[in-house]
Amino acid sequence: MSDAGDDIADADVPEDVDLPEDLEAETVDSDVEEGAKEVPRGLPLRVDGLRKEFGGITAVDGASFEVEEGSLTGLIGPNGAGKSTTFNCITGVHEPTAGEVYFRGEEITGRQPHDIAQLGLVRTFQIARELDEMTVLENVMLAPDGQRGESIARSVVPGLRGRVVEQERDLREEAWETLEFFELDHLATEYAGNLSGGQRKLLELARALMTDPDVMLLDEPFAGVNPTLEEKLLDRIHDLREQGLTFLLVEHDMDLIMENCEHVIVMHQGRVLDEGPPAQIQDNEEVIEAYLGGDV
Amino acid sequence: MSEPGTRDALDPVRDLLARDAAKVTVMFLGIWALFAAFGVVLGYGNNGLLALVRRVTFLSAVYGIVVLALNIQWGYAGLFNIGVAGFMAVGAYTAAMLSSAPGGMPPGLGLPLPIGILGGMLAATVVGLVAALPALRLRADYLAIVTVALSEIIRIVYNTPAFADITGGASGFDNLPTSPVNSLLLRDPSSTISEPTALGDVVFSFFSQFGIQRFTAINTVYTVGVLVALLIVYLVLERTGKSPYGRVLKAIREDETAAQSLGKDTQNFKVRAFALGCGLMGLAGILWFAMGPRASITPVTFRPNITFYIFIALIIGGAGSNTGSVLGGALFASLLFEAPPVVRNIITDAFAVSADPANLIEALVPIASGDLVPLAGFLLNNVDTLRFMGMGVLLIVLVQRRPDGLLGARKETAAAVPLTEDTRPDHGSAADNGGGSDE
Repeated sequence: MSDAGDDIADADVPEDVDLPEDLEAETVDSDVEEGAKEVPRGLPLRVDGLRKEFGGITAVDGASFEVEEGSLTGLIGPNGAGKSTTFNCITGVHEPTAGEVYFRGEEITGRQPHDIAQLGLVRTFQIARELDEMTVLENVMLAPDGQRGESIARSVVPGLRGRVVEQERDLREEAWETLEFFELDHLATEYAGNLSGGQRKLLELARALMTDPDVMLLDEPFAGVNPTLEEKLLDRIHDLREQGLTFLLVEHDMDLIMENCEHVIVMHQGRVLDEGPPAQIQDNEEVIEAYLGGDV
Repeated sequence: MSEPGTRDALDPVRDLLARDAAKVTVMFLGIWALFAAFGVVLGYGNNGLLALVRRVTFLSAVYGIVVLALNIQWGYAGLFNIGVAGFMAVGAYTAAMLSSAPGGMPPGLGLPLPIGILGGMLAATVVGLVAALPALRLRADYLAIVTVALSEIIRIVYNTPAFADITGGASGFDNLPTSPVNSLLLRDPSSTISEPTALGDVVFSFFSQFGIQRFTAINTVYTVGVLVALLIVYLVLERTGKSPYGRVLKAIREDETAAQSLGKDTQNFKVRAFALGCGLMGLAGILWFAMGPRASITPVTFRPNITFYIFIALIIGGAGSNTGSVLGGALFASLLFEAPPVVRNIITDAFAVSADPANLIEALVPIASGDLVPLAGFLLNNVDTLRFMGMGVLLIVLVQRRPDGLLGARKETAAAVPLTEDTRPDHGSAADNGGGSDE
C-alpha cells in the first residue's frame, strides 16, 4: 500500500464528467436489446466472496461484484488492491482460496484457463503476450476455437486436408478483416516481436476478439499506448459493445474510466470498496482516501 | 491454388518442388559429389565409390528422420526431449523382438516385419507417454530431466544380465529381423550369396554392369528405401506443422499461458506432439539399427551422446523448420560425422604422415624443434575423437552467430494457406499461388 501514493500523479480525479444518467441508461438498454436475441442468459459475470492468499499475504479478501450485460465496467484501485489477482482468479490462472465465480449463471471457479476461454470469457494481459516468432496474421489465426486442422489426422491425410485448407482460407479472410478493423493490416506479415508496445496491445485485443468472445476482461489495455492509439482502441471497444460484447476493464487512468465506463468497481486492500456510476464513485470520500492515501 | 479445394493434396509436393526440394536436392548432390571426389582421390573403383556415397546417404537419411521427429517436439512445441536415444532403442529392440526368428538367440516372435515396425513405433510412443504425461504438466525443465533419465533407464534395462535371455544383455540383440531388401531380392534372405529372386536378378545384373557387388547393391537398395521413408516422414510433418495444429504448437513454444488464454487445451496438444515425435524416433531407431547396413542393436549404441548429435543437427538446420531439419541432419551426418575419417585417409595416403606419436606429449615436444609432422600425425590419428571437440565448437559458434540455424528458417509460418504476402481477396493479388516468397 505504500506505493499507492505513486499513482496519484496520473490518477487525479476529474472535476467534472459529462456523462448524464439518461445517456448511460440508453446505452445499456440498447445493448440489452441486442444481447437478448437468444434465450435469456444469466449475468455475464458474478464474483462472490472471492479470496486468494499467497502464503501469508491475502491478495484478494472477499471481493464480490457483478458485471452487467453489455456494460463497460471499470475495475480500479491503487497498486496492490488485488485487481490483477482477481482477474487471474476469474480466468483460471490462479485457483481462488475461497469464493465463487459465475459466468452466465454457471459456476466456473477453479476451472482450467482454456475451458473458461472456450466458454466465451476471454482476457488480455497487463503486459501484452504476443507470440514473438509468429507473424501478426498467424497470431490472429491461432485464436478461433475448434479449427478442423487442430487434428493431426485431418491436417495430414490427403482426403481430409482439403477441408482444412478451405477453412484456413476463410479464416485468413476473417483475420484480414479483423486486422483492418484494428488498423494492423499493414503489419500482417510482420513478426509480432517487431511491433511497438501499443501495436502489441492492439494485436492482443484483435487476437482475443478472434475467439468470438462473449465477455472480455482487459487488464490495463492502454498502458504504454500513445493517446492517438488509445483513442483508436477505445473506439474499437465501443464498436464492439454495440455488437453486444461485455467488457470488464482494469485501468489506472481515472479520466478514461470516468469518461467511458458506466459502472465502476473500486477495489482496495483486496475488497470492493465501492461500486456504482462514475459520479457516485467520484464523490466517495473513502475512494479518494484510498487513492490519495489520506495525505492530500 | 486457383481452383480451391481440388488440388490441395498436391500443394506440399508443389511447394517442395518450388523451393524446399531444390535446397535438399542441391545439398544431397553436393554431398554426393564431395564424397565421390573423396573416393576418386582414394583411388576407389565403382563399387568402393558407391559404397562410400551410399554410406553417407544412409546416415544422412536416418539422421534426417530422427531430427524431423525431434523438430516437431522441440522445434515446434518447445518440448525439451533429451531422451531421443531411449526412444530409438525402444523402437529398435521392440521391432527386433517382434519380428526376428523364434529359433535365434535371443528368440524373437517371428511376426511379419510390418507388425514389428508398427509395434516398435507404438512401443516408443507408449513409453514416451507413460514417462512424459506427468512431466508435460510441469515446466519444460522437468520434461528434460525425466526424458534424459528415462533414456538411461531404458538403456540399463536392456543392458542388465537379469533380462539377458530376452534382450541379449550387454552383448545386444544379435538375432536381428531379416531386412526387407534381402527378402525382396534373395531366395534365402539370410544369405547374401544365395540365388536371387526374379527381381533380384534384374537388380543385381543392373548393378553388376557397373562392377557393383551384390552386397553393395543390397545396401544401396535399402538406403533408397530409407530415403523414401524420409520423404514420407517429411511430408507428414510438413503438413502437421503447416496447419492450425502446428500453429498451436508454435504458440505453446512462444507462450503457453497466452495459448491457454485463447482457449487452447495446451496439455492435449503437447501430448499429441510428444507421442508423434516419439513414434517417429522409434521408426528411425528401427530403420537405423534393427536392419539395413548398420544393423546392430546393442545397449552401448543408445548412450546419450547420440541424443546430443541429433540436437546439434537440429540446431545446425534450424529448429522449427522441417526442411532445415533434413538439411541439418544430412550436413551433420556427412560433413561432421563421416567426412573427417575419410579426409584423414586421404591425407595419410598423400603425405605419408607415418610419424605416429602415441600420446600428446610425444606429439607436442617436436614442435620446439620446428617439426610439426608428429603433431599432424597425432591429430589425424585421433580425428575420430577430436571431431567431437569440433562439433562442440561449432555448436557454440552456431548458437552465438546463427541461433535460427544455417537457413534461419525457424520462423516459417504455420498455416495450411500461404501467409507471407497480402492475401486479402479484395486486393486481388496473386499471392494465393503457393507463396513464391523465399528467404
